[in-house]
Amino acid sequence: MITLGDYLLVSAMLFAIGFAGVMVRRNLIIMLMALELMLNAANLSLVAFSRFRVDSSGLPNYNVQVFVFFIITVAAAEVAVGLAILVALYRTRQTTDIKDISSLKF
Amino acid sequence: MSPFLFWIFALLTVIFGAAVVVNRNPVASALSLVVSFLGLAALFMSLNAYFIGIIQVLVYAGAVMVLFLFIVMLLDLRAEERRQINWVASAGGLAVALILLGQIFSVIRHFGPARQPFPSLPGSTIDDVQKIGATLFRNYNLPFQIVGVLVLVATIGVVLLSKRETR
Repeated sequence: MITLGDYLLVSAMLFAIGFAGVMVRRNLIIMLMALELMLNAANLSLVAFSRFRVDSSGLPNYNVQVFVFFIITVAAAEVAVGLAILVALYRTRQTTDIKDISSLKF
Repeated sequence: MSPFLFWIFALLTVIFGAAVVVNRNPVASALSLVVSFLGLAALFMSLNAYFIGIIQVLVYAGAVMVLFLFIVMLLDLRAEERRQINWVASAGGLAVALILLGQIFSVIRHFGPARQPFPSLPGSTIDDVQKIGATLFRNYNLPFQIVGVLVLVATIGVVLLSKRETR
């Protein structure tokens, strides 16, 4: 029997992988991909809770799924802007490694 | 959904998610991310969230991944594979992620409802696109329009950012 905890477990593992990716990798494109993994992990646990907490008519909680829909929209916009910044950066610096981009470091 | 299928898709999602981080070739990372997102879409469908699952395939596995692959191939990131790995910093980042994972696990273990099975639905089919649409336009009409403006602003911003400056 699959319980709510199993879905939360998968979601937690996915989030930790994305977090490790942002911490370990130094390539901006891979860091953006790891960010997407973390957003999707949050979506998975939200949808699992939506299915778990049924309303009075026995249907899943659709407020949560609308929220997930908004998250997906905002994440798509975020990726588009992030990659555009990356291309602009590559045009001026010829690198996507964050070690080489430290002009704003205090 | 049977437990067997759940664990297959969960393993697929997690293993290919790890492959995204581990692969040194950005193209391989992007392709692993596609498989991970497809597994996640299957998990959404196992939770009777068919609309979210289809949106996941269309938006992430379709549009966002094409964008990633396009940029990776445009920039031709071969130099990174020759770079030296800083093992100390990598171990530190991994340790922080593992601590986070352990804490989330302990929270889930002490969370009572996590051991209960999912309640059964009233019918075998649910019309979730209609339900989500009704919720979206009745209760969340203003946020929906704000998100529309956000996407418009993002589009204009992307065009401005990627335009070559002419002097």
